[in-house]
Amino acid sequence: MELFVIFLSAVFVNNYVLSKFLGICPFVGVSKKLGPSLSMGMATTFVMTMAAAVSWLIYYNILLPNNLTFLKIVSFILVIASLVQFVEMFIKKISKPLYNALGIYLPLITTNCAIMGVALFLVDKQYNFVESIIFGFSAGVGFTLAIVIMAGIREKLELADVPEYFKGAPITMIVAGCLALAFMGFAGMI
Amino acid sequence: MNSVLLAALSMGGIGLTFSILLTIANQKLKVEEDPKIAKVDEALPGANCGACGYPGCAACAEALVKGEVGIDACPVCDDQEREEIAEILGIELEEGKRKVAVLLCQGGVKNVNNKAEYQGISSCLAASFVNGGERACDYGCIGKGDCVEVCDFDAIHMGADGLPVIDREKCTGCARCVEACPRNIIELHPIDHHVFVLCKNQDKGASARKVCDRACIGCKICEKFDKSGGFTVDNFLASVDHDKYDKDFELPTDKCPTDAIQLVGEKDEE
Repeated sequence: MELFVIFLSAVFVNNYVLSKFLGICPFVGVSKKLGPSLSMGMATTFVMTMAAAVSWLIYYNILLPNNLTFLKIVSFILVIASLVQFVEMFIKKISKPLYNALGIYLPLITTNCAIMGVALFLVDKQYNFVESIIFGFSAGVGFTLAIVIMAGIREKLELADVPEYFKGAPITMIVAGCLALAFMGFAGMI
Repeated sequence: MNSVLLAALSMGGIGLTFSILLTIANQKLKVEEDPKIAKVDEALPGANCGACGYPGCAACAEALVKGEVGIDACPVCDDQEREEIAEILGIELEEGKRKVAVLLCQGGVKNVNNKAEYQGISSCLAASFVNGGERACDYGCIGKGDCVEVCDFDAIHMGADGLPVIDREKCTGCARCVEACPRNIIELHPIDHHVFVLCKNQDKGASARKVCDRACIGCKICEKFDKSGGFTVDNFLASVDHDKYDKDFELPTDKCPTDAIQLVGEKDEE
């Protein structure tokens, strides 16, 4: 039950993109088309889950026993950067078009604040190992949900008659704002 | 001092572990890419127009290197670029004439009659969905310029009489206009083909003649003129055997009563 609450909380109530406003860069950058955005969400979910697991191990097995907790940001960055590098190699191997579609946003997962946020929050909330993995995974699912909804809306928006001055970035920001507003409805559920 | 050492060691240790893991992953997941692909990609025009049927020049380059397609896969390349690609791939370039788009209709404002006034969206496709635009011919040019619109190479312009004019010099044969035309009256033909029946009307002579002065009425005069089969008339529409006439730049017959048989292009084009 506890794990389920963590899942619901990270996906809906405390959605990383739409409630905490972390990871906005790929959220706006890769949400032009449904396909790549779903892949981006999956890549981010993978990195988040792995980062949560590895960060937890490093924090509780290396940093905490040696009183090195001040190193947590640096070591988490190291973990995330390595994982992103791995994902990049993996995607390049299995799907070159996807690699091209994700473009610069793939390496940018490295500095995606949503992932860093996951690593820092799990220490902050003192989750145990299993909880951390579930937390990382559900944060990723929440990110995927947000980016896929956004991509769906933006694909429809291509056909809409948007006023000249709102075309491009402005209408995207407005849509993101409306989505955040909608997700506010989940607040207080848990 | 101790904590500094410990910090350095643990960070170094973590870093080292990850770098070793990444090195192994890199070896395992290495993408073997043929260096030829990059070279061919560079030799291609790089417009990513998709005329070859692949998502972009890079994908076409890969198919070229793998031998999935012939050297003429890219219709936009000029001879020099083809030679370059052939050289990279180490194969002989087959001599092929470049293809250009030809408009098979003479139904300009002068020649064709109007059947109605069209006030809808100014696009051939839209007009073809409604009633075929204002011109009376159901086979000919609608004249709203969809082909002009899609041409990436500035090779088609709308002429004064409402027919698109194709610049054979600039045309790369990418076939975008061929796809865009809802009436299918633009075709790709080798540049040394000059004799064409510039009509697609398959109605009986009388009704074809009623809508357009230059329509092929299927009178078979051309067929009779050349007994060896240079022209064939099928469904009230003549067609040319290009192998027969394109050696010389002259009209095989001037007997066509509606002047539907015409010379296209100029002598000795390359």
